[in-house]
Amino acid sequence: MAVNYIYPEYEVVRNYDRCIACRVCERQCANEVHEYLPDLKKMVTDDSKCVNCHRCVALCPTRALKIVKTDHTFRENANWTGKSINEIYKQAESGGVLLSSMGNPGQYPIYFDRILLNASQVTNPSIDPLREPMETRVLLGSKVHRIERDEKGRIKKVMPPHVELSVPVMFSAMSYGSISYNAHESLARAASELGILYNTGEGGLHEDLYKYGKNTIVQVASGRFGVHKAYLNSAAAIEIKMGQGAKPGIGGHLPGAKIVGDISKTRMIPEGTDAISPAPHHDIYSIEDLRQLVFSLKEATGYTKPVIVKIAAVHNVSAIASGIARSGADIIAIDGFRGGTGAAPTRIRDHVGIPIELALASVDKRLRDEGIRNNVSIVVAGSIRSSADVVKAVALGADAVYIGTAALIALGCHLCRSCHTGKCNWGIATQREDLVKRLNPNLGYRRLVNLITAWKHEIKEMMGGMGINSIEALRGNRLMLRGVGLNEKELEILGIKHAGE
Amino acid sequence: MREGMFRNLSGCAISGIFSRTGKRFSGKLIVDSMTVMHERSNGLGGGFAGYGIYPEYKDFYAFHIFYDSYAAKKDCEEFLEKHFDIINLSKIPTRKVPQIKDEPLIWRYFLTPLPTKLASSQLDEREFVVKCVFRINTTIKGAYVFSSGKNMGVFKAMGYPEDVGRFYRLEEYEGYCFTGHGRYPTNTPGWWGGAHPFALLDYSVVHNGEISSYDANRRTIEMYGYKCTLLTDTEVITYIIDYLNRKVGLTLKEVCAVIAAPFWSTIERKPQDEREELEFLRSTFDTLLITGPFSIIVGFEGGMMALNDRLKLRSMVVGEKDDMVYVASEEAAIRVIQDELDRVWSPKGGEGVIITLEKGKS
Amino acid sequence: MKRVYVNEQWCLGCHLCEYYCAFASTGGKDMALVLKDVEISPRIRIEEMDGISFAVSCRHCDEPYCVKGCITGALTKQDGVITINREKCIGCYTCILSCPYGAVQPSEDGAIQKCELCIKTHAGVPQCVLGCPNGAIVFEERGA
Repeated sequence: MAVNYIYPEYEVVRNYDRCIACRVCERQCANEVHEYLPDLKKMVTDDSKCVNCHRCVALCPTRALKIVKTDHTFRENANWTGKSINEIYKQAESGGVLLSSMGNPGQYPIYFDRILLNASQVTNPSIDPLREPMETRVLLGSKVHRIERDEKGRIKKVMPPHVELSVPVMFSAMSYGSISYNAHESLARAASELGILYNTGEGGLHEDLYKYGKNTIVQVASGRFGVHKAYLNSAAAIEIKMGQGAKPGIGGHLPGAKIVGDISKTRMIPEGTDAISPAPHHDIYSIEDLRQLVFSLKEATGYTKPVIVKIAAVHNVSAIASGIARSGADIIAIDGFRGGTGAAPTRIRDHVGIPIELALASVDKRLRDEGIRNNVSIVVAGSIRSSADVVKAVALGADAVYIGTAALIALGCHLCRSCHTGKCNWGIATQREDLVKRLNPNLGYRRLVNLITAWKHEIKEMMGGMGINSIEALRGNRLMLRGVGLNEKELEILGIKHAGE
Repeated sequence: MREGMFRNLSGCAISGIFSRTGKRFSGKLIVDSMTVMHERSNGLGGGFAGYGIYPEYKDFYAFHIFYDSYAAKKDCEEFLEKHFDIINLSKIPTRKVPQIKDEPLIWRYFLTPLPTKLASSQLDEREFVVKCVFRINTTIKGAYVFSSGKNMGVFKAMGYPEDVGRFYRLEEYEGYCFTGHGRYPTNTPGWWGGAHPFALLDYSVVHNGEISSYDANRRTIEMYGYKCTLLTDTEVITYIIDYLNRKVGLTLKEVCAVIAAPFWSTIERKPQDEREELEFLRSTFDTLLITGPFSIIVGFEGGMMALNDRLKLRSMVVGEKDDMVYVASEEAAIRVIQDELDRVWSPKGGEGVIITLEKGKS
Repeated sequence: MKRVYVNEQWCLGCHLCEYYCAFASTGGKDMALVLKDVEISPRIRIEEMDGISFAVSCRHCDEPYCVKGCITGALTKQDGVITINREKCIGCYTCILSCPYGAVQPSEDGAIQKCELCIKTHAGVPQCVLGCPNGAIVFEERGA
């Protein structure tokens, strides 16, 4: 209908001098954008279907393609942007909730980019990581300062359950169903080789991946999909998902069309039924109910595995964290508002939640003020994009970070944000067999290993520059950070000084 | 700006002398030792700690206090009277030395906690004393307790150590252990309280170095009731040692395994018992690990400990002759007071040298 | 000896191997210039049906039927690689008929063509392997 015609956002630009009509773009585009016309011996495109995933651009052997943002515009309007206008057209047409995938793309401040790191000079030597030991090993779990001695007076090694990471980075929760089996296999194999952990997300654990149990965190989410005793006991740690940064306060919904075969089996629900994760856990309406679930899980696993509670970063995140630290949980995971998702209502994703940097700083401070910081480890997520972000997060007080979007990008994701269509051209956020094939775990896991290895080296270089040779001496070491272009309040909440001070 | 409102980084000189038999010797020796290391300081801080110097009052806590004004003295003494039985009080005897200027009032009190006050606080005696020291230092404006142990005392000021030693007439004191410190700060402090040693109860620390883990350590130790008012490395190190040794109950050797913990690769090669103990200590007390260069001499009742950071980024030399043990930043500082040594060596990074009085001595 | 092997599990049927092969045998510098408006005749070909695809090229058999049947001796085995001497080939096409894999094809000038593991053009680094975007084609030693 003309009234709500939405001009294609992207145009495929083909350089016909370079196009050899090899048709790889046609064969590889799941959205059917490209077509070969044999009579004219020419490739043509239908821009309206393009989602800007770059599959065709990346595969084109002669670099004949590029995708550009259309220059078809509305009249300039800083208030009524083209995006706002188009969204109204869509809703007037469909009467439905707008859905989006991946993390909040909006223009909100990125505090990591306004924080700078220190380096040692003159009064304190920096350390060369190529010549001196530089330790990035982290233990996550409760660390209460209490000792017991045996009859000989030696200290007994009695520690609460914990997990060990070779570097303070883990792969974030992404469910089997929202991402493909091949993506899960790549994450599991990479975690195993790197000595870190990956998270099953709320879709359960596929039976073929049980062998990577030592490097797995199993998630118990509000839908309790795939949760049974063997599932819990196979893993290194259990995560109770109370919230997710991309969509705080609401649950999840995987349409019945995707619940087939292995997905249905792993989630333990009949094929074709919608997989609805309710908004609250319907047995957790208060903090004491959470404590009950934490201990049920510990009983089921013989108190051998640490329990993680994952929450979204909302306004009273410090108070919530304080409650969780006293509930018996060993680790708190906080997901900031930039976190990714397979699908979420656009308005919730873009307008609910707070930045992880501020949430982390306040939670760390609050737990220290109450003297209970050592009861739990803190893991943060919600757009950790590089090793510099990892170092800044640790300096603000985190024990470790989760990466979701960064891991998917390493696997080939181009952030086209069309996951909710189920036609991921890179084989990541799809269950279509012909598309899932495109992610070869033998190549995928190697790329993840490369990414984390590279970050590990960068973290060591930054630590060495600061004169620190063990990462625990960086945790909460806010004097190593300075802000630039931040106002008094922001500096106060982050607990750091301004550059120059 | 007063020390405590900004972070003052410094390089320095340290020295320590200990008699294993408890034989008391003159404070002149430590002053002579520090004089040789003059170039390591810049005149903006010097100090000493002596142990066994108050034998007549050895069962009472000796508080050394700086006052900015008589009003502060009055407020503080009011507080002390409410919480302690004051056995004796006097000005600390000093002599006028041209290099030492702007001296505050310096007073000394021998105290014991009032039994009823102690009972109603439900704390053990030492914790009670610590809490009182913090109360004075954070709430009574103009008063600062800089020494609070039994039969020991800290003497410090703004100036070169040898001048500070003459100012406090250190040669008139006799003890079985003395430590000394000369400071080279990079910011100008305005206040005597910022000089070193830093002391709490009978723990005194002199420190040469600049720790990179400062803020991580401070934010952890402040959870356990300590308040880092001076923002110096020495302060946080003293609190950590007090916490681990007195409150958690670790031996000094175990304390070294926490603050100067060996690398994981070193721990892995140790025999099983030792490995498990080191892993436990390092994992549980991880944020009390101190990184960055440091060499410290810790004095405590009946002993002295010398420790370097695990990469040994600062110098430290130990010398022995008969029952005497000498520790200093430079061998020259030892040789000048004891030329003939039975043994002289540099301890390895991370390995604490702990010396105590032989059994039966006090 | 290393040979080109295809893992059908990862083959996407994108046909890029065919284009890289065709480009490799031209010896040109820019694929866009060399293959523009050209109907390619690659030495590796995709066979596809019902969603399964697979790239087929010369297996460099230990007991090659094509060499056995070659009447001019144009086809020979050198260091394990079955190579063609295009001058000697008379285009009888016996080899095309005898290859059980269909890996030999006629070419425009009448002589036959087949995969020679890029030994004549790229120092023995097979270009189909480099061009495959999903690691389906590998170049390795498998004992046999």
